[in-house]
Amino acid sequence: MIKFWKIKPSVGLLSIPYSFVFIFFFFIPLVLTLIISFWDYNEYSIIPDFILENYIYIFKDCFNYEKDMCVTFKTYLSTFIFCFITWFFTLIIGFFVAYFLAFYVNSITWQIVLFLLCTIPFWTSNVIRMISWIPLLGRNGLVNDFLLYIGLTDTPQEWLLYSGFSIVLAFVHLYTLFMIVPIFNSMMRIDKSIIEAAYDNGANGLQILWNVIIPLCKPGIVIGSIFVITVVMGDFITIGIMGGQQIPSIGKIIYVEMSYLQLPAAAANAVILLALTLLIIWIMTKMIDIRKEL
Amino acid sequence: MKKSLTRRNMLKTSTAAIGAVAGAGLLKGFPAIHAADAPVIRYLGTAVNMGDAVQKKLFDDTGIKVKFIVKTTDEVVKTIFTQPNSFDIVDSEYFSMPKLVPSGNLLGMDTKRIKEWDNVTSAFTKGEVAGKKIGDQGTAPKKVMYLKGSQSKEFASEPTQYVTLIPTVYNADTLGIRPDLIKRPISTWAELLNPEFKGKASILNIPSIGIMDAAMVVEAMGEYKYPDKGNMTKEEIDLTMKIFTEAKKAGQFRAFWSDFNESVNLMASGEVVIQSMWSPAITAVRTKGIPCVYQPLKEGYRAWAAGFGLPSTTKGRQADICYEFINWYLSGWVGAYLNRQGYYSAVIPTAKKYMEAYEWDYWMMGKPATADIMSPEGKKLASKGEIRDGGSYEARMGGVACWNATMDENKYMVRKWNEMIAS
Repeated sequence: MIKFWKIKPSVGLLSIPYSFVFIFFFFIPLVLTLIISFWDYNEYSIIPDFILENYIYIFKDCFNYEKDMCVTFKTYLSTFIFCFITWFFTLIIGFFVAYFLAFYVNSITWQIVLFLLCTIPFWTSNVIRMISWIPLLGRNGLVNDFLLYIGLTDTPQEWLLYSGFSIVLAFVHLYTLFMIVPIFNSMMRIDKSIIEAAYDNGANGLQILWNVIIPLCKPGIVIGSIFVITVVMGDFITIGIMGGQQIPSIGKIIYVEMSYLQLPAAAANAVILLALTLLIIWIMTKMIDIRKEL
Repeated sequence: MKKSLTRRNMLKTSTAAIGAVAGAGLLKGFPAIHAADAPVIRYLGTAVNMGDAVQKKLFDDTGIKVKFIVKTTDEVVKTIFTQPNSFDIVDSEYFSMPKLVPSGNLLGMDTKRIKEWDNVTSAFTKGEVAGKKIGDQGTAPKKVMYLKGSQSKEFASEPTQYVTLIPTVYNADTLGIRPDLIKRPISTWAELLNPEFKGKASILNIPSIGIMDAAMVVEAMGEYKYPDKGNMTKEEIDLTMKIFTEAKKAGQFRAFWSDFNESVNLMASGEVVIQSMWSPAITAVRTKGIPCVYQPLKEGYRAWAAGFGLPSTTKGRQADICYEFINWYLSGWVGAYLNRQGYYSAVIPTAKKYMEAYEWDYWMMGKPATADIMSPEGKKLASKGEIRDGGSYEARMGGVACWNATMDENKYMVRKWNEMIAS
């Protein structure tokens, strides 16, 4: 590890603008959030104090096993499940798209063209997506019309829209790019002669993939996973729109609390969400040392 | 007693700090309103009923320009708390007053400076329509109308010279339905949870309004009679949410909505055939050529009301311009504009002067249209011979059962609402 005080002054200067942005727009707000999560509040003001009520409130009834699972646990459980499924599919799809781009497309022009195609989901706004999924997945939508036409079902399938399925579909559709980019980047840096060497030593395609390419793509996979997991953990707009506002998310709870000016409660929820997300990332970086791999 | 650090004070401190750094740069854009030539009003609100036509007419009549700060209902409230000097006038709802007034961020408005004050509809001032008392459960405007003084943080029980908001617009809300898909008459709020509409119903996911719709349904089903729907006890909140949680688990709801456009899409696409809805959303569905009815129900309507407020620091020329703006707003042209959108103007006699007789008969008297009815933007809303949903002003506003509300148990209610969503 490079010691901070051993950095040359000229290099230090270069980092000042970003440090400034980081401290003022990330670090200070974060510390304020942490502080305010221990404050008291009423209908129209927040009161400096040091209380644990905001945290106790979140876990109230959570350790009473006679009752149903509490809202907090239920919400986190559902968020974790979405996180895992989304991570799984974006990883599989993202990996193979990147693999195709890196090893099968030889011209750089085509790589760029196909790469841009992958960004299409980002060309539309949330509002457009909100409207455009209905004619596709809705009760009278294209998919249902087709299923009815080929006689696969007699009645329109309602689980296509406003369900866990549609949420995962939207997430995968949106965030696969976050996997493609870092994995593609890792793959492009693999020395082609290593693959040739493996081939010359008699490894078949599958063995090369498993023993050479995947291990060398690990940093890309981890970076992509961090992107996807942090975005899904904090999401409430996609879950809200695609889940028909019927499926809970931590983000939505924080949003509602903020709109009712319960800022300390929202801050406490945010701190817990942040802690959990950091924990997941910490576990992932324990498995693979990104710094070393880069 | 602990000294409470209100957001306002915190803001003052931080503004001072920023001000010290930014200096003149910040001040330049700040007192736009004091500029002697074309006065500009910074208007904070949802601005759903302030189209381009209104701004143009305002400028032609008074030379005042409006700069909009458009936010959602909840964000408007938040802005009044956290940035009370970021606007010159605010368009807010009465149900926010129990939260806002104790903060002292709003000025008690002087009714002596409002020309048409004596003509403001009795639905606001007395809670009466055509001499008859209307429902006052919830935060009815008359309960939060009067203040003890111009800088008072307390409500007065008797009429005084000072009011929280100068009323502008209000309406009676109910359920929206798709008559072509339901194919039978709907007459009660209880139909929202009727298993016949399983997977085809919706309610709005804005707790303070959704809970009122929920209460109307629970009462209509005969499950419980609330002493005051607008101020439930914890047990009543539990009961209401239990009924809705069970319905949700049974798959009654196709979706919830929290955005105006979502409600329009749900209804227009046929995903939902019965749901809580707002008046302009009905209009939006109808202008697509899809039948949609704002169904009057026998238990009555859930009403809401909005008005103009000023920050408590307003004085001098700034106050003059704002009062001039409000007086213009109530002088009739805007009133007619609002009435034509299906809302009601707070000052009815002036609005009448700006409406054609056939329009007045359709919108206010509940008579069949004698000519096609057009929206202010010139789109056709109803054909000759049609009658307005719910009929006349007296029938609709007279049928109000409750008002949008801020409850004493607001915190608990929001939590329970979130639990229902998570169930």
